[in-house]
Amino acid sequence: MADIHARPARGTLTPALRPEYLRNVVASGDIGVVQRPLTLWQRLVNQSWLRKIFILAVIAAAWQLYAAQLNNPLLVPTFTATIEALRNAIASGDLLTKVVNSVVLLLKGYAIGLGLAMVFTALAMMSRLGNDLLDTLTSAFNPLPAIALLPLALIWFGLGDLSIIFVLVHSVLWAVALNTHSGFRSVSNTLRMVGRNYGLRGPRFIAQILIPAAFPSILTGLKIGWAFAWRTLIAAELVFGVSSGAGGLGWYIYENKNMLDIPAVFAGLLTVILIGLVVENLIFRNIEAMTVRRWGMQS
Amino acid sequence: MTLQYRTEKHLITATYRVSFDVFGADRFVLLGPSGCGKSTLLKAVGGYMAPTEGDMRLKSQPIRGPGPDRVFVFQEFDQLLPWKTVKQNVVFALEASGKMKGAAAEEQALRYIEKVNLAKFANSYPHTLSGGMKQRVAIARALAMEPDVLLMDEPFAALDALTRRKMQDELLQLWSDTRFTVLFVTHSIPEAVLIGNRILLLSPHPGQVKGELNSDGSDPVDPTSGQKLSDRIHDMLFADRVEEEEVVRHG
Repeated sequence: MADIHARPARGTLTPALRPEYLRNVVASGDIGVVQRPLTLWQRLVNQSWLRKIFILAVIAAAWQLYAAQLNNPLLVPTFTATIEALRNAIASGDLLTKVVNSVVLLLKGYAIGLGLAMVFTALAMMSRLGNDLLDTLTSAFNPLPAIALLPLALIWFGLGDLSIIFVLVHSVLWAVALNTHSGFRSVSNTLRMVGRNYGLRGPRFIAQILIPAAFPSILTGLKIGWAFAWRTLIAAELVFGVSSGAGGLGWYIYENKNMLDIPAVFAGLLTVILIGLVVENLIFRNIEAMTVRRWGMQS
Repeated sequence: MTLQYRTEKHLITATYRVSFDVFGADRFVLLGPSGCGKSTLLKAVGGYMAPTEGDMRLKSQPIRGPGPDRVFVFQEFDQLLPWKTVKQNVVFALEASGKMKGAAAEEQALRYIEKVNLAKFANSYPHTLSGGMKQRVAIARALAMEPDVLLMDEPFAALDALTRRKMQDELLQLWSDTRFTVLFVTHSIPEAVLIGNRILLLSPHPGQVKGELNSDGSDPVDPTSGQKLSDRIHDMLFADRVEEEEVVRHG
């Protein structure tokens, strides 16, 4: 405990003269509790996934209670009815085919979008004109919702995979290019000088210095691009529907709405959410843990 | 040589007709107040900028662009690649420059990491190290390259005083082990006296040579003037400023 003997007096106050003293420090082993493991309960409460599961359980329970009390499955089916519909849809294989269709389409669009983003960023890194080009295009197209291009895509590419891929590319490209480029630009001058010091130039400089140094921003771009693409895909499928071959998850939702099979609609929505969660929390979270967090570039 | 660089609005002359020679195994210190262009000089030697007048030669070959024969140690802690461990950072330097490959590079890296007493941390990522340790990794990375000349730009300026003192001693110890040639930029007179065997004094705005002194690290008293070396340097560097202050005082 520390006391501070301060007096309000001013003027020619001099500090009081006190004797010096020296003390022996107690060895830490004799103090008792310096470090103690937390109890099981404390450790459980510290797990964020456990807390989130708890929240989800509460929401599911509230949903169940409300829907049971409402007793109108055409408006809000109960949680158990939704799960039942989900199980039937999976068992019949119908839902899984639709999911696979959607995901394959998404991956195609995502890959093309990434490739184009790389081209644009490379152009922007190489010349001032390329830089201006990327700046102008991103500021023009980034605020434009991809879904707004759908009618145009329909005219250009007709009903089919191609028009969906077109809007997917648009939704991925600008977010990824913008983030990658701003990540490259914020790489510290010291790191650039280090790279050049050891003789790195051109593509090797980009691969060994710029990309890893800008990786936090690149990853952010990939995440945003993924989220945009997923939403765009489901929305586009709702509109195009079955035209693109067997149809995807969005079509599944639309089709069941037409048949007034509302529990199946809910099951479709739940699937959209679940896939989003899996990609965000398993795939991207793990990439983050293995890279930027491990490197101390993001806390 | 004269060095000029452009900012957004001005063409700045950083140094004016500065000339000096560095010999093998020199611990050559560039010392001067801020604005004397000492860091700019070092960047020019590193090949990051070309002189507008005069030239620089390394082993009688003109310097054109950055290269692994002149390795930089910067002041900033972020000179280490955060995505590589201590060992990988050193190996990266050796492999990127094409000096060594594979097992040989790894061996060389470990040898120099041991020299700076970081063997235990060879597999740690830079963000888990203290500032002093990071600078030691940077020094190990530079020394592992066995460059013709080591360029150190105020490498200890961002460290706390105690760590700084320790690092200076360690650097001298490393030097007596391997006898590298080093060009060392600092604005601290005690550091210059301790580290250097030869000290180039620069005056500011633009940088010009004021003199070149010898030092044995012990800050000896000069028999003719009866002053300590550090006091002599202080008077030479700050003579102008003292006059200015006196004018202000008397005026």
